[in-house]
Amino acid sequence: MKKKVWIVLLVLSMATWLWGCGKTSTTAGGETSVLDGGAGEDAVELSYWTFVELHGQHFEKMLEKWNTANPDRQIKLNVTVMPYDDMHNKLSIAVQTGVGAPDIADIELGKFPDFLAGTPQLVELNDVIDPYRDTIVKSRIDLYSKDGVNYGIPTHVGASVAFYNTEILEEAGVDYKTIVTWEDFKQAGIQVYEKTGKYMGTADTSATWELSQLLAQQGADFTDDAGNPTINSEPLVKALTLLKDLQDNNVIATIAGGQPDTEEAYGEFNAGNYATAFMPLWQMSRYTNYMKDLSGKIAIAPIPVIEEGMPRSVGGGGTGTVVTKTAKDIELAKDFLAFAKLSEDANIEIWNTLGFDPVNMDVWEMKDVTHNPDNQFVQYFINNPFDVLNDIKDEIRLIKSTSASPTINIVLCTVTLNEVFEDGKDIKQALDDAQAQIEQELK
Amino acid sequence: MFKKFLYSQKVAPYVFVLPFVLVFLIFWVYPLISSFGMSFQKVTLGQEAAWIGIDNYEKLMGDGVFLKAVTNSAIYMVLTLVILIPFPMLFAVLINNKFMWAREFFKSSFFFPALTSVVVAGTIFRLMFGEMEGSLINSFLGLFGVEPIKFLKGQTTGFIALLALATWRWTGVNMLYFLSGLKNIPDEYYEAASIDGASPIQRFTKITMPLLKPTTIYVLTISIYAGLAMFIESMMLWNGNNSPKNIGLTIVGYLYRQGIEKNNLGYAAAVGIVLLVITMVINLTQLAFTGMFKKEEEA
Repeated sequence: MKKKVWIVLLVLSMATWLWGCGKTSTTAGGETSVLDGGAGEDAVELSYWTFVELHGQHFEKMLEKWNTANPDRQIKLNVTVMPYDDMHNKLSIAVQTGVGAPDIADIELGKFPDFLAGTPQLVELNDVIDPYRDTIVKSRIDLYSKDGVNYGIPTHVGASVAFYNTEILEEAGVDYKTIVTWEDFKQAGIQVYEKTGKYMGTADTSATWELSQLLAQQGADFTDDAGNPTINSEPLVKALTLLKDLQDNNVIATIAGGQPDTEEAYGEFNAGNYATAFMPLWQMSRYTNYMKDLSGKIAIAPIPVIEEGMPRSVGGGGTGTVVTKTAKDIELAKDFLAFAKLSEDANIEIWNTLGFDPVNMDVWEMKDVTHNPDNQFVQYFINNPFDVLNDIKDEIRLIKSTSASPTINIVLCTVTLNEVFEDGKDIKQALDDAQAQIEQELK
Repeated sequence: MFKKFLYSQKVAPYVFVLPFVLVFLIFWVYPLISSFGMSFQKVTLGQEAAWIGIDNYEKLMGDGVFLKAVTNSAIYMVLTLVILIPFPMLFAVLINNKFMWAREFFKSSFFFPALTSVVVAGTIFRLMFGEMEGSLINSFLGLFGVEPIKFLKGQTTGFIALLALATWRWTGVNMLYFLSGLKNIPDEYYEAASIDGASPIQRFTKITMPLLKPTTIYVLTISIYAGLAMFIESMMLWNGNNSPKNIGLTIVGYLYRQGIEKNNLGYAAAVGIVLLVITMVINLTQLAFTGMFKKEEEA
């Protein structure tokens, strides 16, 4: 008799063990915290995944406002922060299997096309975007759309600008304000290298920020109108040739980490080994968070152009926030998302908390918001970013995101750029190879 | 009736192997069959998969990156075999020696790296082999006037880092296998051999090596598999699955890139099947050569 009890116990414990395994695999790893934002007992708990911790802070602020304004539709937000790759991989599996996906999630632009393949498993957001449509930059919505259906809500414009370390430039006797064209930049860079032994900028091997900027100046793109890759195109050859020439003259050099937005590169910049970063405006938050030694030394300016009169900026990067089809309360999630990211309040908070250039460009004109002396970003930089932004406002171009984009990105950032900047491979040859590889992969 | 069934001597063995059989069927045979089927399909997020015949395999044959991944995995496997079988065997013999002092200390310090997580170890090796002047290896090389090397950006130097990690991590484990093999060799053989005047080297080649053969075959088999299936080490060393010029990309890394990162599960399944075939062919040949399939009396 006793033995039978033991067997039953054993079977039970094995069953619970197996069941336990199944359960933990559906909850994601990473750091989870529940924000209640003053919500009452009846609040609906929504889950939100992101790969940027700061985004959670923004949602925390907006959640409080939402719960005060909507006492009958209160929300508790369960925020999970995971590393970039992890989060996107987990999300794609969860969406694919229909099990374990969060209600709301951030998807980075580079990964977004993967989630739009076939019939997107994301909720259409057109109706909640409509009330705000006239106030926000259209192209940023288009990035996260397919066949006229909007699936993601943008966070920022991501206008590309130049970040100059004025301490290094002054030491070399260079005034960044006089740099207009790439030729000016080259001459300044040669002077900086001769006088200080430091590099003027970076030759990026693991990101395409600089290439996008140079393509946009020429009115070109990585893909043609139909969305097919055009990697060995004339403008891209020209862009890489220009950068390679800068590298050969010791104006720019490769950097540890491969591009300015990596931990290794923060260290290099912070140590003052490189004077310039050409990055989307959100790089500001990297300066304030990871390069504290440079406070009061960084000036923001438009990016040099190949020829005067060319557009001086391009929108770079971006995060589309989505609602999944398996969300607990789709209507509530949609309304909250629009409130938290598209309302004027939200756009002001996006600047205040995150230091991003908000998609509602009216905010760019609000002096009391953009020039608020208590704002950490206003304090950190020499000049006010919005002075530059408003100057280049009508010149911010767009690089399309198509279903070929993730593949293009992976080939350029792992193979091609390394071949060109590290091994000195012939540019046309490297780009032809890349084109062939991308076509093969997209077959 | 139930009691009789429960105490039946005939049933008992089956009951005991049942958990293994179930795990084997559910977590091995079923996924294997379903990924075999999947390798003939185009699988997209949350939608019905479409049958596309051998398209995935055709594409695989012309895929330069896949070839690169296979080459990387093969080189890595061969080099780990070259390093991780002779040296652990040698260390095991040394530690097993009667005159060895601080035996337990060496045993545990060799084994210690296996207890650390690959994630932690990979991250630390990445920092050690960093390209900046201040990284550990570069500052050490700097003492001899060597310019900083971009270890993780070159094929050869990248592999040096990868193999350093593998050696550091697995030497102790393989050594323990060999040690347990050595314990099974009776001392009398060595005594008899020394009386007959055999030198230590003769004793090693004529007694130790042949009698260690079963252990060696076992270590060889799992090392071949582990070498070809290596993934996390590379992922951690390069902080992601995308190493420059794919120098650290392995077959499993490519499977992960296609299946998980690019949502092309059908194509990834084809990669997996090819990996399985390669591993099986190499290991079965190896086992056949070493006589594992011969009946006991013939061996």
